[in-house]
Amino acid sequence: MNARLDVDHVSKLFTRKPGMIERAAEAMHVKKPSPVVHALDDVSLSVPEGSVLGIVGESGCGKSTLGRVMAGLLDPSMGTVRLRGKPVDALSTAERARERLRVQMIFQDPSSSLNPRQRLADIIGAAPLHHGMTDRRHLADYVTEQMTRAGLDPAMRDRFPHQLSGGQRQRVGIARALAVQPEVLICDESVAALDVSIQAQIINLFLGLRESLDLTYVFISHDLSVVEHISDRVAVMYLGRVVEEASVEDLFANAAHPYTQALLAERPSIAPGRRSYHTIKGEIPSPVAPPPGCHFHPRCPVAFDRCQVERPVLRSIGASHTSACHLNG
Amino acid sequence: MTPAMLDVRNLTTELVGPDNSIRLIDDVNLRLDAGEIMGLVGESGSGKSLTGLSIMGLLDPPVRVADSQILFKGEDLRRMDDERLRRIRGDRIAMIFQDPMSTLNPVLRIDTQMIETIKAHEKISTAAARVRARDALGKVGIPSPDERLKAYPHQFSGGMRQRVAIAIALLMSPDLIIADEPTTALDVTIQAQILSVVQKLARENGTALIWITHDLSVVAGLADRLSVMYAGRIVESGRTDDVLRQPMHPYTRGLIASLPSRNRRGMLLNQIPGTTPPIADLPAGCAFRPRCPSATGMCLAHPQLETVAGRDVRCFHPSLEGIGA
Repeated sequence: MNARLDVDHVSKLFTRKPGMIERAAEAMHVKKPSPVVHALDDVSLSVPEGSVLGIVGESGCGKSTLGRVMAGLLDPSMGTVRLRGKPVDALSTAERARERLRVQMIFQDPSSSLNPRQRLADIIGAAPLHHGMTDRRHLADYVTEQMTRAGLDPAMRDRFPHQLSGGQRQRVGIARALAVQPEVLICDESVAALDVSIQAQIINLFLGLRESLDLTYVFISHDLSVVEHISDRVAVMYLGRVVEEASVEDLFANAAHPYTQALLAERPSIAPGRRSYHTIKGEIPSPVAPPPGCHFHPRCPVAFDRCQVERPVLRSIGASHTSACHLNG
Repeated sequence: MTPAMLDVRNLTTELVGPDNSIRLIDDVNLRLDAGEIMGLVGESGSGKSLTGLSIMGLLDPPVRVADSQILFKGEDLRRMDDERLRRIRGDRIAMIFQDPMSTLNPVLRIDTQMIETIKAHEKISTAAARVRARDALGKVGIPSPDERLKAYPHQFSGGMRQRVAIAIALLMSPDLIIADEPTTALDVTIQAQILSVVQKLARENGTALIWITHDLSVVAGLADRLSVMYAGRIVESGRTDDVLRQPMHPYTRGLIASLPSRNRRGMLLNQIPGTTPPIADLPAGCAFRPRCPSATGMCLAHPQLETVAGRDVRCFHPSLEGIGA
């Protein structure tokens, strides 16, 4: 299957902008340069046309940064992002703008991603009008169509975001993204802030849109159950690196990396019966100073000497199943 | 018979307006014995957090408890004078909030805050209080507690900060802890660590615990009993395993069915139609009626919480599927 979107050896570094005194101190060699955060460290992933790639991981694992790099909201520090096999860097400005429009993002918090002073019709209609997907004369109908598709009553077009419930606001975010006729949706924790009963409604909306519009998804979440439900393939990230990637069936049945195994073991579930929590020890280290070698080794129950010094590469351990652990493969 | 650790009877909390008052919590009953863990589950606006605050007596006007008996070891908290209530809160009853920074003072070191808490409730030397503070940090799994005592709240990670808040709640070995979504903002691996600490605590010290959450899966493995709230009322209450295996109230059934499950991967989830009604404008009769698949004309009347096969259910049409007669 052809990759609709792929990232190839992508890294993203963030540096804190030093203040004036710090810059002076650096120039005089009395202070070390500001710390660099490797938010993404050599990540390669491919999203086939029409598929759903789930990305899971805990705070600070780089999953949101990866989503932003994929959506073109951030430029990678190193590596290449390709759309339909073409490197984004190689596209002309006009082409790039057009291709970028095909990749839209849906955020976690609908209230902070919607302008509180705009009415729904303006929030949803502005981008397609600007990009010439409709004209002023047909705008009202166009907005009605987008709202209906996202499960919103078009009669609410003159409302403001604060007049809506959380679930409705998330639908506005979806309607706005769909209004520019995207082919890829990048959902960053898009159901995390919603109540359980509303979460099911939004997941169903995503599943339905996938069918009716042939969408390709990147579904970023900390919630394993949601990712398992919606994804075809799943990548697990830890501190900026992909540690395991496989088809959803394979990953949840035969998790190979100790971190994935730990995540699965500690996944909350409604299975009846008292449970005991077999906790993995320790905290998620700061991404400013990640541990050397395998980032997971200080928390890993099976770590040995090599893990402290050598970074495990992501290698094939089965049919389209990769894992980055010295013990795998 | 010894009185229950906590026995809340007919808790009704109102928002008092100039003309009328809005009932935010309606007829909530909870009973908890020593060492028992109760999960109080509900979605946003269901009144679960407000129930916790009502029990603690932490409401400010215009919200007030209109009517209730809140019996703590047989003694009504609402009839106690302020001084005695202040002594009991933080000593015998403790509360843990979702955001630990609302518990911790950002400009004071952890040891100052912990020692202060102990000394507020007990005549004890600072040195002895420090030892107890250190032990409490150790108990919740904070590495090198001696050094960490000297740290400020911002020097801890989110998970560690929540542990500190829990450690403060534990300082006086309370008989009852009310925990309001304490792990919601935390990662799965950190959440599991905290659940394990709390579970051990209830088992070993006999602490009774109310765990308020929107997430059924968090309390599924933790709580002995579950109470499910909807629109300010308890709609179902029973043993955790019973409620999860055979939910009787249509709302509980809907909630459980709407969770993604392994064998229905990629298929549409069973969704509950509609949204929670605003508490000021509840539908007549059963509040769940407009979203309920089993609603009939009967549901225009107000259902009472009734005991059916060992379970308390507030529904005219409880599902008895799989319940042995």
